[in-house]
Amino acid sequence: MTFIPKTSTKPKVAVYKFSSCDGCQLSILNLENELLDLASTVDIAYFLEVTRAVKPGPYDVGIVEGSVTTPHEAERIIEVRSECKFLISLGTCATAGGIQALRNFAKADVYAKTVYAHPEFLHFLETSTPISAHAPVDLEIWGCPVNKDTVVEVIAALLQNRRPNFPPSPVCLECKRRGIVCVAVAQGFPCLGPVVHGGCGALCPASGRGCYGCFGPSSAGNFNALVACMMPRDRYPNETANLLRSFSSHAPAFRAAADAALKTPKRKETK
Amino acid sequence: MKTIEVPALARVEGEGGLYIGLKDDQVVEIRLDIYEPPRFFEGFLVGRFLQEVPDITARICGICPVAYQMSSVTALENALDVDVSPKVYALRRLMYCGEYIESHALHIYLLQAPDLLGQPSALDLAAIAPEVVKNALRMKKIGNDVLKAIGGRSIHPVNTCVGGFYRWPNAISLKALLPELEWGMEAAKETVQWSLTLPYPDLEIDYEFVAIHHPEEYGIMQGDVYSSKGYKTSVADYEMRYFEEHVQHSNALHGHTVNGGTYLVGPLARLNLNHSQLFPAAQKILKDTKLDLPLKNPYKSLIARAVELVHFYEEAIQLTKAYSPEGPAHANLTLKAGQGCGMSEAPRGLLYHRYKIDELGMIKFAKIVPPTAQNLPRIEADLFVLAPKLVKMEQEAATITAEHLVRSYDPCISCATHFLKLKIKELGHT
Repeated sequence: MTFIPKTSTKPKVAVYKFSSCDGCQLSILNLENELLDLASTVDIAYFLEVTRAVKPGPYDVGIVEGSVTTPHEAERIIEVRSECKFLISLGTCATAGGIQALRNFAKADVYAKTVYAHPEFLHFLETSTPISAHAPVDLEIWGCPVNKDTVVEVIAALLQNRRPNFPPSPVCLECKRRGIVCVAVAQGFPCLGPVVHGGCGALCPASGRGCYGCFGPSSAGNFNALVACMMPRDRYPNETANLLRSFSSHAPAFRAAADAALKTPKRKETK
Repeated sequence: MKTIEVPALARVEGEGGLYIGLKDDQVVEIRLDIYEPPRFFEGFLVGRFLQEVPDITARICGICPVAYQMSSVTALENALDVDVSPKVYALRRLMYCGEYIESHALHIYLLQAPDLLGQPSALDLAAIAPEVVKNALRMKKIGNDVLKAIGGRSIHPVNTCVGGFYRWPNAISLKALLPELEWGMEAAKETVQWSLTLPYPDLEIDYEFVAIHHPEEYGIMQGDVYSSKGYKTSVADYEMRYFEEHVQHSNALHGHTVNGGTYLVGPLARLNLNHSQLFPAAQKILKDTKLDLPLKNPYKSLIARAVELVHFYEEAIQLTKAYSPEGPAHANLTLKAGQGCGMSEAPRGLLYHRYKIDELGMIKFAKIVPPTAQNLPRIEADLFVLAPKLVKMEQEAATITAEHLVRSYDPCISCATHFLKLKIKELGHT
């Protein structure tokens, strides 16, 4: 792959925010040990959370945080795509629509009326969708928030014209590698670890709880088997479906699995 | 007609713009446009199980997720009449110390200081004062390391639950942070000294300061809401006094600049109301500054943050040394229908939550009042005060001055978006 032309000038990087909590941009700022080196290696040409100085495009690399939830964002992403040679979706909002994609399973105007006194002032789309639903994306980095070490790896890979080294396996295997006793098998907790993209380092099982899926679906997950295994153990109404419908709810594999869980007839008390 | 337009505010969390129309030294129009898109948290929290709430509300803000988690769990514990153990409470405070440290170090050095030093960003500042920025990043990292040791990661930590924590964090990893915390406290003291040397614009405003106050600790997680006007309000009565006044005042803002009944939350309010509860080193350094309290200059909230930074390092050291996990990490919950409210002091100000739950622990109603929503009418009122000065400045200088004022509030627009509004105020011409 050749992402960045080999020139004497530093590659120009732009960081954009769409609908989000700012956490993934903050992950870049949280590269405390690397930030100044990064700033001397690439030209941070557009990054409003960091600087009011804006250099005009085109940019070699564009990094987009957040999902598309307004008509303005739907237009803006097209402009962003056109000014960036290599476009990266940063985090679960940008790759799957984020927590705000829960509106996709309800009526957005009902939510708007619940929250706002004057919903007529709002401009929003019925759905929250990933960047890839609007423009071609060259690389997706999952995570809510992303792991900052992954961000460093991606930038290093781009600078060295090589493929970034992503964790290939689901959270479940990260757990095994860390030697954490399985919370699902040993304690009966619902855990999405077997079907969720690795990269967090199995944080939740390490904290004594099940994985809640904030890194999105792993490519090889057997969702049907997991749902069948988890549902009888639901501790509150629709626990399995809720788990699947949270941070990565709009990702196709999660959508299908949550639909399946909701369609499955409930068993009687199984506790 | 002269206008000052800042289409996108830089170095704030979230997206907003600013428009000021001036005519004959008078402001004819001010708009703080919050175009950060609405995300409807209070809508989609309905129907979730209470234990999901702290994971979801954390996502309102990547800079202050702990504040959202703490206000959520406090409210839900109140709804269930659950008391957390003193050890859980202490660990929650330690976690909050971590968030204050990372958030304040970020704001002081990366978001506000570049304005005072005439730089577009901290990266430019690093070119002329590399040690200052390196130390700032190190200070910030220590806060994140505390969060990581307790919560697994610093942004959207995973260990907080209603009732306490999923698991006690490892004491060895936590105590390993002590040398860095000690370094951080000295660096924070230097930050206070340095903050006194910065050239703050002159602006004194007779704010109504509002913050959580507790007689025995620096109020961030329990106590009553104190106002500098002498009111004291319990958490349960918060919406009776503040929410209604808030709405009323944002309507009543027309024609008023100051004294319009707006109020200020955040570091200035906390320091002015709660300085007697600061830890000793923070008290001493505050005394040494010889500053007259109350501080009324919004730009000088940077000094208040610096003093708080000393306090939170000092408190973090004490809590880390005392940390000895024993007993259950979380209380057992007995579900029942009910309602509860809770509040805590996010680094940028008071954050109030209220939930109704049913007998299965499912959320029936959620209300969240973030700090920046409370401060927005105040920011706009300050811009009115600033306007006569702005009109005499060159466009670029006026823009930076207005932007600086907004940034000094450390507004978290991502959080406040549900307060989204677009206001155009016509004052009439004089």
